[in-house]
Amino acid sequence: MAPALTTDKTGTAARANSGSAVRIDHVHKSFGRPGAAQPVLDDVSLEVRPGEFVCLLGASGCGKSTLLNLVAGLDRPTAGTIEVPGGRPALMFQEHALFPWLTAGRNIELALRLRGVPRAERRPEAERLLELVRLSGAYGKRVHELSGGMRQRVALARALAQDSQVLLMDEPFAALDAITRDVLHHELTRIWSETSLSVLFVTHNVREAVRLAQRVVLLSSRPGRVARQWAVDIPQPRRIEDAAVADLSVEITEELRGEIRRHGRH
Amino acid sequence: MAGTETGPRSVSGSPHDLAGLEAGLDALDAVRVERTPFAKVLLHKVLPPVTAVVLVLVVWKVLVVAEVTDAYKLPDPSAVWHSLKELWLRGTLLDIVWTSVSRGLLGFAAALALGTPLGLLVARVKVVRAALGPLLSGLQSLPSVAWVPAAVIWLGITDGAMYAVILLGAVPSIANGLVSGIDQVPPLYLRAGRTMGATGLSGARHVLLPAALPGYIAGLKQGWAFSWRSLMAAELIASSPDLGLGLGQYLENARTDSDMPGVLLGIILILFVGIAIDLAVFSPLERRVLRTRGLAAAAR
Repeated sequence: MAPALTTDKTGTAARANSGSAVRIDHVHKSFGRPGAAQPVLDDVSLEVRPGEFVCLLGASGCGKSTLLNLVAGLDRPTAGTIEVPGGRPALMFQEHALFPWLTAGRNIELALRLRGVPRAERRPEAERLLELVRLSGAYGKRVHELSGGMRQRVALARALAQDSQVLLMDEPFAALDAITRDVLHHELTRIWSETSLSVLFVTHNVREAVRLAQRVVLLSSRPGRVARQWAVDIPQPRRIEDAAVADLSVEITEELRGEIRRHGRH
Repeated sequence: MAGTETGPRSVSGSPHDLAGLEAGLDALDAVRVERTPFAKVLLHKVLPPVTAVVLVLVVWKVLVVAEVTDAYKLPDPSAVWHSLKELWLRGTLLDIVWTSVSRGLLGFAAALALGTPLGLLVARVKVVRAALGPLLSGLQSLPSVAWVPAAVIWLGITDGAMYAVILLGAVPSIANGLVSGIDQVPPLYLRAGRTMGATGLSGARHVLLPAALPGYIAGLKQGWAFSWRSLMAAELIASSPDLGLGLGQYLENARTDSDMPGVLLGIILILFVGIAIDLAVFSPLERRVLRTRGLAAAAR
């Protein structure tokens, strides 16, 4: 068990560390009124190295989405610090979150525009990004004309358009069917290996975590703490049905079950 | 990666084939959006309302032939047609309609210019919402005819009084439409916008306002209906020869002359203008906005 959070850790400016893409330092987060606050994250420390692919795994109530929101800067930790030296990270949600009043291409161009890309460069850049996610013909398509998998690929292209060094992904493929998800796993690993992107990927799907990540971090539930970590040294390209992926998944699932059972006892 | 193909099993796993799988998925999953053929539009959109109008005329005619009431109370449809023709031949028909329509549109434009910033303020500033929110909703249920006496006392029987009544009727609708449009923006869009750096004014411009557009347009539509209704009430009650002959005055004149065909013609013209403006301006606008967002692909 991690020790209770002590006050001397709070608010301390983390030392500048150029060696990490994301640095989460003794982060504590609770919701609700002071006094009756419910702790969601308890003393979570985690580092993502530049170019690393990390999967955050946990049952419901482990605060993995909360942690991602904190890293994205959409919310503030109650205590502790979060550092993202490379600037604002890009965030992908379970829902595509594309704007339905814009075409696929315009959605990407909006991200480029907000990043300050000059008008003349936006269209070619958007088309390049669409090509990267293998959707060259989709520039003029409306969001509702795309399938679920295509929407997530456009959303990925839009996230890449932000040109962030860190990509945060909040169960982005959870709503897709198995075959589409498989294809997107492949696309994501391909794009990740072609760029210097660091990825922090939240999921409750153990196999998905092992299929994708270099490191899998298991969070315990209520409150969320880092329970265990695994380095995944199976070489890419992996496949979800690979024996090595299955074996490690069994081991991690066992651990996850243990975490969940703990909650049935009280 | 090209060298990974070692046997039949791994062929399906090669990146090349994954691209093929992906293309297949895209082709299978893509939502097909079809345009309805013109003949079908004619059959499903034009025929039913035309039939309804014809039915009303037939029932009307039957009632007249059956002499259910005195002819001066229920004139023959042809008498109304005759009144219309007479107005047309005298050359006053278009003048009468235009007097009212131009007032209505000008008043609506003013209501738009006032209601939009008001709606933004109410939606985004908590204190303003607490202060004006309930009042705006309440004003919507207050018939704008109720303002006519006050407007006449303040401004006299003038065009100003007409515009005042239009504004009091339409501004709350437009402002409320914008407020509910903004309230219904999915928080996910705002979060997505914020992670891309769309905050403050840029967030309002690129995310909040476009996302609120359907609600805003619904408000505009209702705002026009209220403008037109308020104007007709004002013209009917506050009619004066100095104001120029609008549809409301025409109706009022027909009543004082006990000219029932004229009264019916006045009602039909008011109805016609209301429907025509909606069909020509607001419905296409609304349909376009909903269709581009995939919200009305099947319905229309």
